[in-house]
Amino acid sequence: MTDAHSDGGLAVRTREVTKEFLAGETVTRALRGVNLDVPSGEMMLLVGPSGCGKTTLVSILAATLEPSAGSVSVLGHDLVAMTGGRRVRFRRENVGFVFQSFNLLPALTAAENAAVPLLIAGQRRSRAIAAACGMLEQLGLADKLASRPDELSGGQQQRVAIARALVHDPRMLVCDEPTSALDAENGRLTMELISRIAVQPGRAVIVVTHDERIYEFADSIATMEDGRILSVERRRGVAEGLANR
Amino acid sequence: MPAPRGPGAIKAGRLAGMLWLAWKMLVGNRVKYLGIVFGVVFAAVLIAQQSSIFCGILRLTVGQVLDVEGPAIWVMDDNVEFVDDVKPMPDTDLFRVKGVPGVNWAVRFYKGQGRARLSEGDYHQMILLGLDDATLVGAPRRMFMGSLADLRKPDAVVMDDAGYRKIWPGEPYRLGQVFEMNDRRAVLVGLTKASRSFTSFPIIYTRYSQAVAFAPRERKVLSFILADPAAGLPAEEVCRRIAARTNLAAYTKEQFIWKTISYYLRRTGIPVNFGITVFLGFLVGTAIAGQTFYLFTIENLRQFAALKAMGTSNGTILLMVLSQAVQVGVVGYGIGVGLAAVFGWAITGHSRLAFFMPWQVPALTAAAVLLIVFLASLLSIRRVLVLDPAVVFRG
Repeated sequence: MTDAHSDGGLAVRTREVTKEFLAGETVTRALRGVNLDVPSGEMMLLVGPSGCGKTTLVSILAATLEPSAGSVSVLGHDLVAMTGGRRVRFRRENVGFVFQSFNLLPALTAAENAAVPLLIAGQRRSRAIAAACGMLEQLGLADKLASRPDELSGGQQQRVAIARALVHDPRMLVCDEPTSALDAENGRLTMELISRIAVQPGRAVIVVTHDERIYEFADSIATMEDGRILSVERRRGVAEGLANR
Repeated sequence: MPAPRGPGAIKAGRLAGMLWLAWKMLVGNRVKYLGIVFGVVFAAVLIAQQSSIFCGILRLTVGQVLDVEGPAIWVMDDNVEFVDDVKPMPDTDLFRVKGVPGVNWAVRFYKGQGRARLSEGDYHQMILLGLDDATLVGAPRRMFMGSLADLRKPDAVVMDDAGYRKIWPGEPYRLGQVFEMNDRRAVLVGLTKASRSFTSFPIIYTRYSQAVAFAPRERKVLSFILADPAAGLPAEEVCRRIAARTNLAAYTKEQFIWKTISYYLRRTGIPVNFGITVFLGFLVGTAIAGQTFYLFTIENLRQFAALKAMGTSNGTILLMVLSQAVQVGVVGYGIGVGLAAVFGWAITGHSRLAFFMPWQVPALTAAAVLLIVFLASLLSIRRVLVLDPAVVFRG
């Protein structure tokens, strides 16, 4: 195991990653040799048409899916060599998730939902909820701590999801279509929050999106098509990006 | 600043937190939660109530043995299979039993059936119990009207209250009622509480000499010999000695009760009938609880997947589902057995339905409920364990 900085400041480095799915006798090749570098301290958008392999790639980077071939180094960890138990631990300790459909637990309050990663990490409930309250306050939800998801707007739910993704201070944040269920204003607000709070030195943020309106928040944009990275467009340098936030 | 926690404390904290989460997920969906609990309650009520009625019926079969307090040993013909299967012995067998070393004392006990003719001309079948004339061993202990001493008067009988209400329905309790048995006059001198009989016939207590006169004439009339072991000797040992020396069967009270119950279990359809009901309760409860629990799990699959994606291990997920099942089981069991107990309490004294809930019934029900929730959670467990955490990324 090495530190992210030993990879030349790269949080993610993939080489010739392929992923095949077998359905009966039909083999579907979702990824066809993906080479991708994501610098630490940056937000990278993964864009491309539906079915191009964005979700498969981000699932592999988040250690929820194993590649069929190739090498994957995330935060200095070789994910391909990891056993199932170590992958679970890796996700628990290093990855924060923001999902398209929020995936908040409907029975929990906003504070309890945001505290879930800390509970999974083994923190005492009272301390976990206190930490979650602090994070929600940073995200402007101080008056919604005791609200359940069905009492919150879509934008507020996504903010709770962001709080949940960041509460345990992960070194990589994976966002899957974070604005697709939101209107333009809430989508913009969500990306501003992610950009302002989540993108930090030593933390990489990978956002899968179809939403062109949020391209302005990216440090780099990787375009995918047919299971490959077509191009990586650098919008600004790390230092510039951090300075602008 | 708090002290750093060790790996054990972190694991315990994680487990506590995740079990709390499981509980919140479970009760968060009230309708589903109540549906699962209902399935378990249904099964628990049916199993506990039917088992209690079953035990109540079995208890009826040994009511007259239970009511005889004092003697530890029952002696009878070797071919007797249960308490109502009386095979009369010659009176001389009493002296043979008395002569066995280790027997402290032994007395005669008559058990049979007689027919009572009331002054209105009605006939009623009665269970007739004849007590030793001198000692009245086996006499009822719960007299609530009259005196046991009056049993020594000519023609005197004591009747159980259920029998009185059956023969003279609606009439207030009154001593001095006269009826005929085998053309002989019988006078009611007392009323007692007694365990109900299997046949629900009225129970008549009288002296042994009186009982044989009330009963149809037979050459041999001695039904049972009630005996007690000498001080310091176990009843089982004295039973063995009696059997060896007299060729009669001798049992402790406990053994005789179980011999009688065993007969009814082996030779009647009672256990099968109740067993079918209990089994159906088990099946239906499992089906309702299982189906609802599975639907609950399916509804929460994305949540479980999100938890797995966030770093919850399969072992913890398994414990979460099992804890949900156990929580449902505990609540369902409590309500179910409680309802069955309330049912039993409500009918006691007001119904002909037999109901007896020994500790084994709640224990059996607990085991059944445990099995139900385990079976109910099996499908759900399988589903969440094979769940791919990457599913959370698929819209």
